[in-house]
Amino acid sequence: MNVGVLVFPGSNCDHDCAHVLKDVLGQNVTMVWHKESSLAGLDAVILPGGFSYGDYLRTGAIARFSPVMQAVQQFAAEGKLVLGICNGFQILLEAGLLPGAMLRNKSLYFICRETYVKVENAATPFTNACKPGQVLKIPIAHADGNYYTDPVTLGGLQANAQVVFRYCTVDGKVVPGACPNGSLDNIAGIRSAQGNVLGMMPHPERCVETMLGNEDGRHIFQSMLSFLEQKKVAEVR
Amino acid sequence: MKAKIHVTLKSGILDPQGKAIEHALDSLGFKHVANVRVGKYMELDLQEADRAKAEVAVKSMCEKLLANTIIEDYRYELTA
Repeated sequence: MNVGVLVFPGSNCDHDCAHVLKDVLGQNVTMVWHKESSLAGLDAVILPGGFSYGDYLRTGAIARFSPVMQAVQQFAAEGKLVLGICNGFQILLEAGLLPGAMLRNKSLYFICRETYVKVENAATPFTNACKPGQVLKIPIAHADGNYYTDPVTLGGLQANAQVVFRYCTVDGKVVPGACPNGSLDNIAGIRSAQGNVLGMMPHPERCVETMLGNEDGRHIFQSMLSFLEQKKVAEVR
Repeated sequence: MKAKIHVTLKSGILDPQGKAIEHALDSLGFKHVANVRVGKYMELDLQEADRAKAEVAVKSMCEKLLANTIIEDYRYELTA
């Protein structure tokens, strides 16, 4: 799999993503500077976490106009895989590739800790290695992860199984107390209507190795690999 | 022409910063304060003499970048 990791000024999880895909999972990784205008040859792109453009104005608001984002729009329209993690999710929202917006965390704190998320849809290119309802332990690190959208859009997300991850308790209960940031409906991650774009606030790239004490994040990347592998097999047939 | 732009969270959307400030004002003894809302103020110079054209430009800037209209409202004033 050829994966592109986008690099914006202020991205700081780009090398973590590259490390996971290259060193842990043995894939080809290309770092793509935000001034690039082509994503040719890539099977998937990752918009990593960080503080693109210093979070000035709003998180992701300026990065969304980087030249590479034109190419990402096209890439997504072609049905290719786009994964936005944390600030990457915020950029996808600002770009309109996913619906909704991020508000400041309800507590006003920057929260950096482990969270539990429930896999609400295990039939996506990003979660097919998970069991439906599986609870994953994945850390968050953000100040603006309080997901908001209007009631009509929320209803659409729920009806179309676009809510992929919800914050939950360790035993999988989706209750208000398990939501770290005030996010609507405990939303931790959503996918596009077409299904090939996923945004999530938790950082799966931070928990892929036994040495780090948690491998739950591996499921996300493994799912993408399996999906692309199967797609390739189907194309050959 | 100068544009003065105000961006605020839409009414009905929780403003945690506003709430924190409200609590601080309350603890300072300002007991009659309610509904504190925090926003952004921006000003910019426009090389444009035509007021109607300036208005179109500022509106477009707000819609495209300066405000996220899912969660924010904007208003502006134009001065010579």
